[in-house]
Amino acid sequence: MLLGRVVGTVVATRKDPRLEGKKLLVVRIIDPEGRDQGGYVIAVDTVGAGFKEKVLLVSGSSARMAGECKDCPVDTAIVGIIDSVEMNS
Amino acid sequence: MQLGRVVGQVIATQKDDALQGKTMLVIQPLDKSGGDHGRTVVAVDGVGAGVGERVYCCRGKEASLVWYPDQVVPTECSIVGIVDKVYVE
Repeated sequence: MLLGRVVGTVVATRKDPRLEGKKLLVVRIIDPEGRDQGGYVIAVDTVGAGFKEKVLLVSGSSARMAGECKDCPVDTAIVGIIDSVEMNS
Repeated sequence: MQLGRVVGQVIATQKDDALQGKTMLVIQPLDKSGGDHGRTVVAVDGVGAGVGERVYCCRGKEASLVWYPDQVVPTECSIVGIVDKVYVE
């Protein structure tokens, strides 16, 4: 799983019927210290994340195991809102 | 599966129901000689590993099989063993 920060939303009227009602967010990948890493992903939000929040991302077919994503065409899902990351210095 | 070292812990209160009560650790992947190799990932702990320990992780959809069939956990990286020693020719 990866860490990310929510930087935007995606609005799509015409989409796969199984994605209707799901919130799509643009997430920047970050490292544990909060620094930006390469790339952005679009992720389905399953926990109610908001703008600028740090989130936990699950990608690949495991994303379909997140709540409400069963049998949906999803490969990245937000499964947690991060309170803090404690690093061993 | 992949060798790694636990370098931190992720704290998240709001998360997927299947992740409640599980420890999420920051893993630094290692190469065969024990040096850092690539970017850190977040893994769900299946064996009770601690910060500083060397572990091996299961990647991909199979990572969720650690808790199957009792739970369907949305993760693509799980810690499935704590490494005692590594021998490389």
